[in-house]
Amino acid sequence: MLRIKNLHAKVGDNQILNGITLEVKPGEIHAIMGPNGSGKSTLASVLAGREEYEVTDGEASYLGKNLFELSPEDRAREGLFLAFQYPVEIPGVSTINFMKTAVNQIRKHRGQETLDAVTFLSLMKEKIKLVEIDQTLLNRSLNEGFSGGEKKRNEIFQMAMLEPKLAILDETDSGLDIDALRIVANGVNKLRSKNNSTILVTHYQRLLEYIVPDFVHVMYKGKIVKSGTKELALELEAKGYDWLKDEVAVA
Amino acid sequence: MSEITEVKNSTGDVYSTLSSSTPLRESAKAAFQQLGLPHVKTEEYRHTPITRALEKNFNFDSTQNPLSSIQNIKDFEIAGVDTHVVVMINGEFSENLSRISGSDIIIKKLDENEQREHLAKYANFKTDALVAWNTAGWHGGVYIHIAENKVIDRPIAIYNIQDASLGEVKSITRNLIVVGKNSEAAIVEKFDSIGAHPNFSNQVTEVVVSENAGLNFYSIQADHGNRYQFGQTTIWQANHSRVNTYTFTLDGKFVRNNLQLLLDGEGCESHMYGLYLLHGDTWADNHTVVDHRKPNSFSNELYKGVLEGNAKGIFNGKIFVRPHAQKTNAFQTNRNILLSDKATINTKPQLEIWADDVKCSHGCTTGQLDEEALFYLRSRGIEKNTARAMMLYAFVAEVLDNIPNEKLRVFIDTMVSERLHKNF
Repeated sequence: MLRIKNLHAKVGDNQILNGITLEVKPGEIHAIMGPNGSGKSTLASVLAGREEYEVTDGEASYLGKNLFELSPEDRAREGLFLAFQYPVEIPGVSTINFMKTAVNQIRKHRGQETLDAVTFLSLMKEKIKLVEIDQTLLNRSLNEGFSGGEKKRNEIFQMAMLEPKLAILDETDSGLDIDALRIVANGVNKLRSKNNSTILVTHYQRLLEYIVPDFVHVMYKGKIVKSGTKELALELEAKGYDWLKDEVAVA
Repeated sequence: MSEITEVKNSTGDVYSTLSSSTPLRESAKAAFQQLGLPHVKTEEYRHTPITRALEKNFNFDSTQNPLSSIQNIKDFEIAGVDTHVVVMINGEFSENLSRISGSDIIIKKLDENEQREHLAKYANFKTDALVAWNTAGWHGGVYIHIAENKVIDRPIAIYNIQDASLGEVKSITRNLIVVGKNSEAAIVEKFDSIGAHPNFSNQVTEVVVSENAGLNFYSIQADHGNRYQFGQTTIWQANHSRVNTYTFTLDGKFVRNNLQLLLDGEGCESHMYGLYLLHGDTWADNHTVVDHRKPNSFSNELYKGVLEGNAKGIFNGKIFVRPHAQKTNAFQTNRNILLSDKATINTKPQLEIWADDVKCSHGCTTGQLDEEALFYLRSRGIEKNTARAMMLYAFVAEVLDNIPNEKLRVFIDTMVSERLHKNF
C-alpha cells in the first residue's frame, strides 16, 4: 500500500524529517506516537501533499506510484485521506455542497458516473449514522462555529463518504472528550477492512484502547526510533517519553 | 510640469463646450472653472487619475457624437427578468427603443425647466469638478416618476449603451428619479458599449425617495468594451424610507462610482452592497458616502472585491453622522482578495461623527486566498481551480445572497459565476 524510504523533509529552513522508513500493508493499522515536535504531523502533511513542506530526500510509493509526483487532489482521488488535526473553517461553503463536489470529482477521475442529488443524499444519510453527526450541521458552512468534537466527527464523516484506501488520522483524538472519542473510534472501526489501511498519528495511548493497532512506531527528532506492537504503546503510557529520549541520547 | 499644462488644456477644452444657458448651468460652469479637473493632489481622486485617462483617450474640443446604428437592445437585455425598459443611446433617451407600461410610472426625457424642485438639489456640484461638468454640460437624460402608494412589480431597467462604432463617444447624462410616498420600486442600470473607439460617460443621477417609500437600486457594470465612466448617484431619503443599493463592477476600462445616500429623515434604513471582480487592467474606484442627517436611522454597507491581473481597485467609504443624528446605527465593511502580485487595492474608511449617542463601526481587510483552506478542499479530491472558484464564490455569495429579486439574483449570479470559472 505505502512504502516510505529514508524520507527527509523541511519547512522553510527547518529540517523536520530526518530519514523515515515505514511500510504499511493492506488491512494494517499503524500508530505513530511521539512527543510534541517529533515530526508526526509533518509526516502526515507530507504524505497528503501540503505544499509548504519540501521533500529533500527519500521516496514514498503509494499503490506502486511515486506519491510525490501526485498533486494533493490526485492523491485523494487515488484513495488517500488525511483527517486534519485542525480542520479548516470555510465560511460560505456548506459541508454537503463540498462533499458532493468532492465525491463527484473523485468518481469522474475513476471513470464512474457522477451521483445525482437524490442518490448523493441517501448515501450521505447512510454515512451520517456512522458518526452520529447532526444533519443540520452539514447544511451549514464547513466547520464554521463547530465545536472541537463536531469538527473531528465531520472529518470521519468525510472519510466515510470518500471510502479511502489509506486513511491518515492526524491527532484526531486530541481535544476530544471520552464520548466523542468513542464515536470517532467507532466510525473508524466500522470503516476498517482487509483492503484498507490506517495510520493513526497520536500523542496519547488513550485512542489505542478503542482502535487497536497492528504496529506502534515512536518518532523522535524526525526519525522512527522504536517500533513494536500495541504493547509498546502501553509501555510509553507507563514510562512517558523521557526514557526513550534518554535511550536515543545514549545510542 | 508637463502634466499640469495638460490638465489646464483639458479643462480648457471641456470648459469651452459647457453651456451657461440657465442660471443653474451658469453657476455650475463657474464652479467647474474654479475647481478644474482633478489632478494628483485632489484628495478625492488621489488614486484615480481620471484626467490623465481622459486626456490621453479623448478629444474634448467638440461634444458631437457619431450616429448610432443600434436598432434593438437584445444583446444587452437582462435575460430571464421581466422589466420595464428604458434605453439610453450615447447618453440620449431613446423613446423608440424603450418599453414602459402602466399609468403608475412616468418616464420621459429630462427637462430642466420642469424639474426645478429637485434638479441639482442633492448632487453637490461645488465640490466635485465632474459633477459641475455634468450639471453645466448635460445634454441627455431621463426623468422617472413613480406615483404615490404604488408597488411597481417589475424592475425598471435602464440600459446605457454607447455606440462607438464610428468614432469616440462622450455622453454627459443627467437623470432624475422620484419615488412617491409609500411606494416601492426597483431600478436596474446596466452599462454596455459596442465599437472599437473609446467611449466616456459622465452620468449623474439624483434620486428622491419620499416618505415611507422603498427603493432597490442596482448597477450592473460589466462592459467588455473600451469604456471610461464616471457616475454619481445621489439618493435622498425622507422619513422612514428604505433604500438598498447593489453595485456590481465586473469589467470595464475605467470606472468611478460616487454613490451617496443622504438620510435626511428619521427611521430610515439603508443597505449598500457592492461587489467588484476586477481583472486585466480594469481600474475601478468606489467612493461611497452615507450621510446621517437625522436621528434614529440605520445604515449598513458591505463591499467586497476580488482583484487579479493588473487590476486596480479603490474603495473609499465615508460615513457622516451630523450633530442632530442621535441614535444612529451605521456600519461598514470592505473585504478584498488579491489574486495576483500586480493587482492593488486602496481601501479607506472615513467616519466623521458629530453626535454622541451612536453606534458605528467599520472594518476593512485585504488578503490572499486562504492557502490552508485551499489545501483542505484539494485534500478531498477537489481540483485546484474548482477549489479556488468554490472559495471565491463563497466569498462573494455574502453579497449575492442579499439580492431580493430572485430572477435578478440568478442573472447576476450567472455573470459572477462565469467570471469566477465556477463549474461545480
